[in-house]
Amino acid sequence: MAHKMRVLPGFRLTLGFTLFYLGLIVLIPLSAVFWKTSSLTWSEFWHTVTLPTALASYRLTFGASFLAALVNAFFGFIVAWVLVRYEFFGRKFVDALVDLPFALPTAVAGITLASLYAKAGWIGQWLEPVGIKVANTQLGVFVALTFIGLPFIVRTVQPILEDLDPELEEAAASLGATRWQVFWRVLLPMLTPALLTGFTLAFARALGEYGSVIFIAGNLPLKTQITPVIIMGELDMFDYAKATAIAVVMLIVSFALLLSVNVLQWWTNRHNRTSLA
Amino acid sequence: MTPAAPTLHLPRRTGRHHATSESPLVRRLLIGVALAFLSLFLFVPLISVFTQALAKGIGFYAHTIMDPMTVSAIKLTLIAAAIAVPLNCVFGVCAAWTIAKFDFRGKNILLTLIDLPFSVSPVISGLIYVLVFGAQGWLGLYLNADHAKFPWLANWLNDHDIKIIFALPGIVLATIFVTFPFVARELIPLMQAQGRNEEEAARVLGASGWQTFWRVTVPNIKWGLLYGVILCNARAMGEFGAVSVVSGKIRGQTNTLPLHIEALYDDYNFTGAFAVASLLALLALVTLGLKLWVEHNHAALNDAQISSP
Repeated sequence: MAHKMRVLPGFRLTLGFTLFYLGLIVLIPLSAVFWKTSSLTWSEFWHTVTLPTALASYRLTFGASFLAALVNAFFGFIVAWVLVRYEFFGRKFVDALVDLPFALPTAVAGITLASLYAKAGWIGQWLEPVGIKVANTQLGVFVALTFIGLPFIVRTVQPILEDLDPELEEAAASLGATRWQVFWRVLLPMLTPALLTGFTLAFARALGEYGSVIFIAGNLPLKTQITPVIIMGELDMFDYAKATAIAVVMLIVSFALLLSVNVLQWWTNRHNRTSLA
Repeated sequence: MTPAAPTLHLPRRTGRHHATSESPLVRRLLIGVALAFLSLFLFVPLISVFTQALAKGIGFYAHTIMDPMTVSAIKLTLIAAAIAVPLNCVFGVCAAWTIAKFDFRGKNILLTLIDLPFSVSPVISGLIYVLVFGAQGWLGLYLNADHAKFPWLANWLNDHDIKIIFALPGIVLATIFVTFPFVARELIPLMQAQGRNEEEAARVLGASGWQTFWRVTVPNIKWGLLYGVILCNARAMGEFGAVSVVSGKIRGQTNTLPLHIEALYDDYNFTGAFAVASLLALLALVTLGLKLWVEHNHAALNDAQISSP
């Protein structure tokens, strides 16, 4: 294969342009983050990234993102299951609308959720009397992150569920398994890689989210400030070195997650191939 | 939405039998839970955007949309998308051609790098351009009159009053960054699946490189390309975080639609904010509709290709 003569033209041109554009738009600007951070000494860097406001923001961002991805994993699985397995009125419409959080600009989602969960809002007015406050609390951050992470689980589990061979379930049932046992022992193990991939994608997206969170969160220091808001605050004060130091922490975490998504997808592919064989 | 009861009596439609399906009670419960969850997080927010946009009547709505500030934001958003989307389109086709049609070392690394912008927080996507082009930035330092390494370039930029950060070029760059992978991501798996045989046959039969591309490749990838463009455009017009870092938020000049929504909201003009937001919500609905239409055609095209040997 390697010594085969190339019949198709344009290899140098397209590869060259791809690398040029990738370098210009993505790689060079991203490396500026590390260049800027190197203007800080190690102790300055450490001091900046461990300030109490920053630490509180990591806890909130991680905690709320994790919980939101977990809630999405549970309900997203049910949504995917219902959309694939059952017929009901409006199924196609519901299926199409699942992608709304991908298509709706984050600022629109942000002001909408903020107004819905405000004291006098459509949903807030029912929660407030029972003592549940969402707007300007950490719960609000969780609500916004649940909204934007919703499609990830559904869209990763749905295709796998559609392709599952019904014979596997029939075999298990004919061998005497109850429906619950079939689900727990046959279906769930086969869907686990997809679920984990969807969970990680939703989690990764939530970590960096900004627009949909800031309106509902209120951005109170130490309480409801997510990490991107901290970066934005430093930028507003033109303290680029501090902003960049915190950005480096976020970038390292995101790249680690990107890597784990790739590993998970590789696992999913292998998993599917062995279960087909 | 009416509840899902009527079709529950038609389990046979899915071709499943008692042993491999759930009892009607469990079905009803699961459908109920799914619809309740989606109502809370999707349907209610979507309806509320339009209800609140029209809360002060159609007159106020029209007034907000016709306002010069809103019109200028619409124009800026359209311009930014009109530059960013075609550029990412050209990139997507090039990247897919090189990855799908040729073998070379480091292909997997290239694939990962193309996906990189998706894993970067929008705020950081804006920050990196400030670090490069801002007054204290990497290139900014060299272009700044005080430290100019290339005085002629610094003077030229000054004379023509060209700014990158807090101006249109910065907004376009940030938009390109956040929408960078969309088209490439749709086309790469599609072109990999289609292989090289058709193009190689065209070449052997004497077609030139361009003829092969326009007559063989483009018809094969047009639906995938359109799909990528639709998603890329939706994100380009709706981007908030990255653009808000580089725009400077000068009303009537560097505010895009999402930034204009924030400005109105911060002024406590909630109805105005929702009126502008309803434009972007409509864009989202149109995007979803177009997406369905493309998926439908794409599926038909693939079926036709599979059934014809």
